[in-house]
Amino acid sequence: MAPKQSKLTKVRLSTSPSPEDLRALKIGDIVYLDGTVYTGREGVYKKILEDGADMPVPLPALSGANFHCSPAAIREEDGRFKVSAVTATASFRFSKWLERWFKASGAKLIIGKGGMTGKDYKEVFVPNGAIYLTTVGYGTGALLGRGVKRVHSANWLEELGIAQAMWVLEVENFGPFIVDSDLDGNSLFERENAKIAAGLAKAYEGTRPATLKRYGETDDRNDEVI
Amino acid sequence: MISTDVILDTANILMEKAAIDIPDDYLTGLKKAADEEEGDLSSFVLQAMLENYEAAKEDRRAMCGDTGTPRWYVKFGNEAQVTGGPIALEETLRRATADSTKRIPLRPNRVHPLWRTDHNNNIGIGAPEIEYGFEPEGSWIDITTVHKGGLFGTDYRMLFPGDGIEGIKRFYLDSLVAFGRRGLACQPAIIGIGLGGSKDTSMVLGKRAACLRIVGDRNPDPEIAKLEDEFKEIGNSIGMGAMGFVGKSMVIDCHIEVGCCHTGGMPMSVHAFCLSSRRASARLHADGSVEFRTDPQWFTPYQRRETVEWPLNNQNSQKSA
Ligand code: SF4
Repeated sequence: MAPKQSKLTKVRLSTSPSPEDLRALKIGDIVYLDGTVYTGREGVYKKILEDGADMPVPLPALSGANFHCSPAAIREEDGRFKVSAVTATASFRFSKWLERWFKASGAKLIIGKGGMTGKDYKEVFVPNGAIYLTTVGYGTGALLGRGVKRVHSANWLEELGIAQAMWVLEVENFGPFIVDSDLDGNSLFERENAKIAAGLAKAYEGTRPATLKRYGETDDRNDEVI
Repeated sequence: MISTDVILDTANILMEKAAIDIPDDYLTGLKKAADEEEGDLSSFVLQAMLENYEAAKEDRRAMCGDTGTPRWYVKFGNEAQVTGGPIALEETLRRATADSTKRIPLRPNRVHPLWRTDHNNNIGIGAPEIEYGFEPEGSWIDITTVHKGGLFGTDYRMLFPGDGIEGIKRFYLDSLVAFGRRGLACQPAIIGIGLGGSKDTSMVLGKRAACLRIVGDRNPDPEIAKLEDEFKEIGNSIGMGAMGFVGKSMVIDCHIEVGCCHTGGMPMSVHAFCLSSRRASARLHADGSVEFRTDPQWFTPYQRRETVEWPLNNQNSQKSA
């Protein structure tokens, strides 16, 4: 099978992008990153934003790219790291920390799984000049693993465990990612949801709602679960 | 007698095969979906996944960074014996899970639900799950590991006989649409539906339907087989593809398993075995030989029996009498 010709735009982007770099990106563009990314999810957010711990690495000088992820990685006995696959975790759960995180870290790229709501983009991302990149699949862990050239540091590894530690990763041609939000706060996922919603009634023809209802139930299929 | 040494080696190989090598049946199904997909974003995702499986194989690294929750299915032929008995077997499977987590490496995923304690080896209270089945003949054991991912994509609901097929379809579509948006279910997936049983067995049946049957397999009940075809078709006509982008690749295959339920109810569960449909099986014989495969061959006529006695057994005993 010959791979299909894709009409999508592919871009190499720095992990400390300039406002002009970001301005040039459209939702639905494919991005590959060069530079340094760090993982940060509930463990790191709590530690820095709630417990007041110091940043273990200089941000945003070192990196403007916060990855919602825990790598499949291990520190070998000789102290060296082995990184296998790298896959993001769903980002919508981290919404409550992001405003403070942007202020503390100066992040310009949030990378994760599944995007965040259009409301988050407009109210939190846009004022901070940041965009959201979603991982692809979401199972492209081996491809992302290949893009990791070196582990710069694994902070709070003992204390928070492998999954929640703050991994700082040096990356090259790291991707693919898809631009979900642009600098105006448009959301690719919400655009696609709206397109699909138009045909949903047809798919549901000939079905019937359950006799026994559940609390909080809605029959509005424009609703999302996040 | 099957020795724990052979079980340990086999289980370690199974962990690695499951984590790294996408099973052929799913790969063939995904290639077909990639050929047919017309949405450009959805196509891009499927193409990236195909490259990802290649990268995993070439580098011998895990295909997905999320380990899911590795578990074991063990099936005993009626005459099988294991050195040290079932306790030794369970310890061996736990050891292989821990060793493989470090060796491959896999991300340690299992933590205590309240204290979030992480032993960094995918082992803990009730983890990994080990489930058992039996077959009437044979001195072999079958070991299957499944690394199912996905916090999303699974749901349970108590339906009633009056809800009928229309109600079943509604709940099926609800699950696909709710968790397909933004690709939370990491579709296209093998969808397993559990119908009947009690609440818990309906969940177990649905999960096994998704994880323990291969793409293309059909339920032996011809009417259920037709429903499987129809549900696959419906799932791919929602207008949604990979990552919830416009497209038509939601369902690589749909499997339905049934169990008899309370006369007043019709419990139903839906499960999605994701883009990393990770499973690997092996048969361990009493003479120490091992055969690897990707089809768990879990649902045999014996597993789906309806009678008090096992009829084939009766015929055999009559023959030998
Ligand atoms: S659902 Fe499957 S493909 Fe998606 S992140 Fe989890 S294991 Fe990976």
